[in-house]
Amino acid sequence: MDETIRTVLAEHGGFPVDVASIGDDEDLFEAGMTSHASVNVMLALEEEFDLEFPESMLNKSTFESVTAIRTALVGLTGS
Amino acid sequence: MKPDTSIRVGADLVTALQVADSIARFGDRYLRRVYTDHEIDSCSGPMPVRSASLAARFAAKEATLKVLRPRGYRPDWRSIEVRRHDGGWCTMALSGTAAELAAQAGLAEVAVSLTHEAGIAGAVVVALCREQQSEEPVVTMEGVL
Repeated sequence: MDETIRTVLAEHGGFPVDVASIGDDEDLFEAGMTSHASVNVMLALEEEFDLEFPESMLNKSTFESVTAIRTALVGLTGS
Repeated sequence: MKPDTSIRVGADLVTALQVADSIARFGDRYLRRVYTDHEIDSCSGPMPVRSASLAARFAAKEATLKVLRPRGYRPDWRSIEVRRHDGGWCTMALSGTAAELAAQAGLAEVAVSLTHEAGIAGAVVVALCREQQSEEPVVTMEGVL
């Protein structure tokens, strides 16, 4: 799951640095992801994992780190 | 200005290319998750013009968030709407959690100015706070605390 998350972040996060250099708990917004890029990340994750983030999860904290995204996805997929 | 009145200002920039790329990649899913029907209808024309207009609206939404200062739960993008009037000017229309945040902060008026040039779109939002309220309203899924 982490590999897929990082692939999505690399493709859609718009980071000025290599995503591999960003730690699991590092703040993705502080690392350079814009709000607009986070929308693309959300849509790409929905495609990859065949799910839809409910409105209740559309907050900045859901996408603020690799760990946070993993936690959200595990909660939605149950795996 | 009255002693109990203050001003909040938010600004943001978004490139038209970012929006055009999102439309090309995600299509209607992108548009429907971010923009209201009115905003989509307001942004017609060929893609360079359309993407610049939509980028300005996204910048306005982000600028409004900077004015609303949410903590935790972030309002749905569509609850922060740019309303285009017949004369061509725009105003902000807030609903749902965005409207609750505005009420909590005592924002009586939220004004917006949009612009785009050379592929970069920008927005400035100015809000008048008529009453001194909590500096950092807390919003949860249940509403404003």
